[in-house]
Amino acid sequence: MFSDIAQYFRTETLPHIWCPGCGIGTIMAAIVRSIKTLQLDQNNVIFVSGIGCSSRMPGYLDFNTIHTTHGRALPFATGIKAARPELDVFVIMGDGDSTAIGGNHLIHAARRNIDLTAIVVNNSIYGMTGGQTSPLTPHDKRGTTSPFGNLERPFQILDLVKAAGGTYGARATAYHNQLLTKLVMDAYNNPGFSVVEAISQCPVSYGRRNKFKTPADMLLWQKEHAFKAGQKRTARDEDFQIGEIFKSEAPEYTQEYEKLRQKLREVSLNG
Amino acid sequence: MSKARLMQGNEAVAEGALAAGVLFYAGYPITPSTEIAEIMAERLPRIGGTFIQMEDEIGSMAAIIGASLTGVKTLTATSGPGFSLKQENLGYAIATEVPCVVVNVQRGGPSTGLPTAPAQADVMQARWGTHGDHPIIALTPSSVQECYELTVKAFNMAEEFRIPVIFLMDEVIGHLREKVVLPDELTLVNRKKPTVPPGEYIPYENNESMIPAMANFGEGYRYHVTGLTHTEKGLPTGNPEVTRKFMQRLTQKLDPYLDRIQLVEEVQLDDADLIVVAYGCTARSVLEAVHIARSVGLKVGLFRPITIWPFPQKQLEKYVDRKYLVVEMNNGQLVGEVERLFGYKAVERLNRIDGELITPKEVLDRIREVI
Ligand SMILES: Cc1ncc(C[n+]2csc(CCOP(=O)(O)OP(=O)(O)O)c2C)c(N)n1
Ligand code: SF4
Ligand SMILES: [Mg+2]
Repeated sequence: MFSDIAQYFRTETLPHIWCPGCGIGTIMAAIVRSIKTLQLDQNNVIFVSGIGCSSRMPGYLDFNTIHTTHGRALPFATGIKAARPELDVFVIMGDGDSTAIGGNHLIHAARRNIDLTAIVVNNSIYGMTGGQTSPLTPHDKRGTTSPFGNLERPFQILDLVKAAGGTYGARATAYHNQLLTKLVMDAYNNPGFSVVEAISQCPVSYGRRNKFKTPADMLLWQKEHAFKAGQKRTARDEDFQIGEIFKSEAPEYTQEYEKLRQKLREVSLNG
Repeated sequence: MSKARLMQGNEAVAEGALAAGVLFYAGYPITPSTEIAEIMAERLPRIGGTFIQMEDEIGSMAAIIGASLTGVKTLTATSGPGFSLKQENLGYAIATEVPCVVVNVQRGGPSTGLPTAPAQADVMQARWGTHGDHPIIALTPSSVQECYELTVKAFNMAEEFRIPVIFLMDEVIGHLREKVVLPDELTLVNRKKPTVPPGEYIPYENNESMIPAMANFGEGYRYHVTGLTHTEKGLPTGNPEVTRKFMQRLTQKLDPYLDRIQLVEEVQLDDADLIVVAYGCTARSVLEAVHIARSVGLKVGLFRPITIWPFPQKQLEKYVDRKYLVVEMNNGQLVGEVERLFGYKAVERLNRIDGELITPKEVLDRIREVI
């Protein structure tokens, strides 16, 4: 199953650090399959990540990869893309990474509509640090820092990105990983800031504390609670829509900047 | 033929950066450094470069590191509050050895402090502001001419040694207007790129020069960059032996080059009974005080570190058995380095932390007291 995409991995770095049953590996494979299907030039693809379990992904991938600081993947990626717009820049972030410490960078990357393909691995928890509450931990669920249940309400990350000016938002899960591959391709093809929320299971830091006995239970939860546009929404609070959530058109930052350069060049040529 | 122009210190930094070949600037507005950003916003798109105003200084620092990895020379500028925010990713640039230049036009006080008043109170922050053991280069100009020339050198050092270079100014120098003679020719240094094919490239190679070659992102050399302690291949490791070797190279990599890195100005030191150590705007007052002191027969000289970090110890320690006076616009920061060399009993201080300049008269009075 892995051999079709083995060329995109630094196989000497395996085995990976993730726990048995973790969803990140499945999500990584789905992302790599989109790159393969898109037939992107391996030398032209850049992976940027923050800090967390999810953000360890680029280390295993054979591209130019950069594992940055917690929450800062997007401004690093912005620097790369703004300096060399022809590069294909993918950004991998955790839910805490992208919406807590990196929340400001997220809304500003969306506002600029800079052509980055961002994938947020949403496991509803701070996985790497052992299960603390994140801005995407559902209300009432438990983390080590919400031992009596989370009093706060989670973000709707795609609503946030849309409101801030992003032009593509989609959602899939580790269970719906073929859909995820397709959505990452669509996100890549959108010329602007695109976010794919990839719902993942963290059996170790989230599942155990929230009544999931096995990783399989968590995958089944993903299957049962996901619905597609047009499907009738059930009454259950935890249900969520998968597939493309929004898409719009707006000027893209690096293209606008290039237009400015051109304009200034013409002005100077014409005296 | 050399051209002369009247320039402001901040403007000279911007012009120096452009002369050095900067093509990318990311920043966040803050007094008294903003002129640098404004000039960059106006100039960079005209020469095929990029200016971007980021959402904060953390993002600015991140963006210049990202851009530098694609092979361009990058700059950011800020003042105290922003310099604090830059520390996180400054450490990242040090650990991952990504060249860039970070200007800090110092202002007074901790926190928001005195936005429009000068100070030299970020000297220790420039050395140890980011966590963990690490090397750093910090340069500090005393004139507008030097702002220009030293900025070029800052880029050269960043590129040659794969390190962020801090350009530590103060509000006086940043806003001072003086004549600058633009040199006809400048020596420009570019980072060493790999000469081996991609398959043989070792991005953090522990080679003899201690400075590994740096490949640009997107040119076929696929490698990993991480702020985690890493192997020579750039991959994360927790192995103590690999960690020791990495840390050893990182923290000692400037050592073979100190002669070229540590720039100083020495004025009338040979026969001086009293050596006054000063830098930045303060050194101007000291220089005047030294001239007056000499005219009345006092044997006084000026030692001015232009490279403030790594502190030019070798250049200073040859002047043994004198008296020393360290004049700085802070509560005593660089003085610690001088005390380490000669013992605290041999070293006197003159400090001011109220946002006002130290005048030549104050220096002269202090010289008379201690000589
Ligand atoms: C500035 C900073 N603060 C805190 C941390 C510690 N830390 C590492 S990962 C992490 C949270 C990760 O959670 P998330 O982003 O959801 O990623 P996951 O591990 O769940 O994939 C934290 C708080 C850090 N590395 N840097
Ligand atoms: S802690 Fe959770 S997210 Fe991290 S590797 Fe383990 S299962 Fe995956
Ligand atoms: Mg998480």
